[in-house]
Amino acid sequence: MKYKSQKVAYWFFALSMLLLTLQLVYGFIMGFAHAGMDGLHDWIPFNTAKAVHTNLLVVWLLSGFMGAAYYIIPEEAQNELVSVKLAYVQLISLALVGVAAIIGYHFNWWEGRKFLEIPRPLDYLVVVNVLLFMGIILVTLFKGKRRTTTALVLTMGLLFAALLYLPGMLDFDSQVLDSFFRWWVVHLWVEGVWELIMGGILSFLLIKLTGVDREVIEKWLYVIVGLTFLSGILGTGHHYYYIGVNKIWLIVGGIFSALEPLAFLAMALFAVNMYRKGEKKHPNKIALYWTIGSAIVSFVGAGLLGFAHTLPQTNIYTHGTIVTAMHGHLAFWGAYAMIVFAIISYSLPNMTGRKYYDSARGRLAFWLANIGMLGMTVAFGVAGVAQVYLERKMKMDFMKVQMEIEVHFIVLIIMATMFSTGITLYIIEFIKHGQPTDEALEVNNQ
Amino acid sequence: MLSKKQARAFFLVGTLVTFLAFIGLTVYSLSAAQDQSHSENITDSVVRGKKLWDKNNCMGCHTIMGEGGYYAPELTKVIERRGEGYVKGVLMSPTPWQRADHGNRKMVAYNMTEDQANDMVEFFKWISNIDLNGFETIVSPLAKDKINN
Ligand code: HEM
Ligand code: HEM
Ligand SMILES: [Fe+2]
Repeated sequence: MKYKSQKVAYWFFALSMLLLTLQLVYGFIMGFAHAGMDGLHDWIPFNTAKAVHTNLLVVWLLSGFMGAAYYIIPEEAQNELVSVKLAYVQLISLALVGVAAIIGYHFNWWEGRKFLEIPRPLDYLVVVNVLLFMGIILVTLFKGKRRTTTALVLTMGLLFAALLYLPGMLDFDSQVLDSFFRWWVVHLWVEGVWELIMGGILSFLLIKLTGVDREVIEKWLYVIVGLTFLSGILGTGHHYYYIGVNKIWLIVGGIFSALEPLAFLAMALFAVNMYRKGEKKHPNKIALYWTIGSAIVSFVGAGLLGFAHTLPQTNIYTHGTIVTAMHGHLAFWGAYAMIVFAIISYSLPNMTGRKYYDSARGRLAFWLANIGMLGMTVAFGVAGVAQVYLERKMKMDFMKVQMEIEVHFIVLIIMATMFSTGITLYIIEFIKHGQPTDEALEVNNQ
Repeated sequence: MLSKKQARAFFLVGTLVTFLAFIGLTVYSLSAAQDQSHSENITDSVVRGKKLWDKNNCMGCHTIMGEGGYYAPELTKVIERRGEGYVKGVLMSPTPWQRADHGNRKMVAYNMTEDQANDMVEFFKWISNIDLNGFETIVSPLAKDKINN
């Protein structure tokens, strides 16, 4: 840590960890419901659990990204954050809006729009919150001594993510149009601008952890984000195949979304090569695990498993089945959850001043979480493929098929338990690091 | 070897070109001539049905046109599959809907009025007539079989 104001990041990360824990609880509720144990139905029906699970995911990832920005931008721009006080205001208001939304979902207060369930009045508060966040980041960056590519890509990702929230607030009478513009948010976030955020964080971490020259790393960063937009923008078409819009999307979406894995492949190759090339080996091994891990697992989850159902010929069978959930889990985990874990693992020792870099518990957390998540992916995958064959090829009734595949959700719950054990260990490590302190400035400057 | 400047140019040009193409395709595919949804049939009743669909987050459990939760049946062709009476029965039920032959999954009891249930039915009817580029024949096999047999 080189600037006192970077410490704000710690509290965003702490909020992240808290919301992640809650997210998993609701995941279990849904896992049990799918396995035939829907005992909570009268209090937490499935649609409540699902909205809470996915919205908490988005909020904890955003909180993680914001923490990452508050940590990275001062260091890259060589300037203290313009206002630490406002950053805390922003943190608290983010937490309040998130919690209000989650509580509302238990009382039928929501919009039935997948991933964008936040009711309209709260949407406006989100906008205000994000404006405040962007203001702090942009002013810090432009008053800074330096404008690096890493900082620009990260900031661009955050700014575009904020702008893309707006099409999600349009109102339509037609379900088709509603869905069409919903994807401008959901798809263009995860397969577009969030990849810029991920790329920016990855590039920052690789510079710090491998010691490879910034110019080399940042050149490849441009190539990666270039590939991202080149494929990802028109790749939105893979959500337009079967929702009642023109067939042209079958061709455009098919071709461009099939190219999307290239950006993730480039990210994986980039991370591994920079690691091999690096001469300086930073002692923070755990951060390195999560960094390289994120680049590799995102290629598997988003790249390979995304490709597996992105061609129209396959998607016509898998669209809207548990196959989609399989891909959704590993993609979100690899690309965004793991990169947040990576920046937390890297920055914690720097903010607390304790050179607590490597521990058996930390490594165990990494392996349990990853193997658990891979196991969950397999369980969803088997359930999903069985569903596709029975329901869409053999033409069995939806509910009959669901009863056939219940057993795979028992496997899911077992693997999710392993995954959650890993997460718990990670959070114990997080707490063990202690809290951030200004003394860390001196420790780091020694 | 590629320079950083060239890499940046690749990023900027690629983004700009695909972005413009995306906007162009959006305008084209949403133009009135390309409408596949029979938007002229979106009556007030259909709109009220959609609002109910939204307000209750039905999509949290069910999929429609393949979008939503994977917990409860696909509803794109539900009227053809089950008929209006059955669907209204489910929506107007004062107790959680559940079928003995379907395990113990329950639906939230919405206890809708007759008018509300009619609006939902109108919404589903509008949905079922949308041209989904072939997906409609795969997603609701029972409906398709009923028509063909
Ligand atoms: C980190 C990046 C990614 C994340 C977080 C992600 C996540 C998701 C999620 C959550 C869904 C479900 C959306 C819904 O039905 O509401 C989804 C759908 C989909 N994703 Fe991804 N994805 C990523 C990258 C990719 C890539 C690179 C591809 C293609 C190569 C891809 C192909 C698809 C397809 C085809 C669907 C639609 C499935 C369906 O029709 O039901 N995804 N993705
Ligand atoms: C304890 C661990 C977890 C369990 C048991 C679990 C279980 C589930 C279940 C049963 C669903 C609902 C699928 C449906 O609609 O029927 C779901 C949805 C989802 N979960 Fe998880 N989950 C867990 C952790 C996670 C994590 C860590 C992530 C992200 C990194 C995640 C991301 C998602 C997403 C994006 C969806 C929506 C998928 C879609 O609709 O296509 N989950 N989860
Ligand atoms: Fe997508």
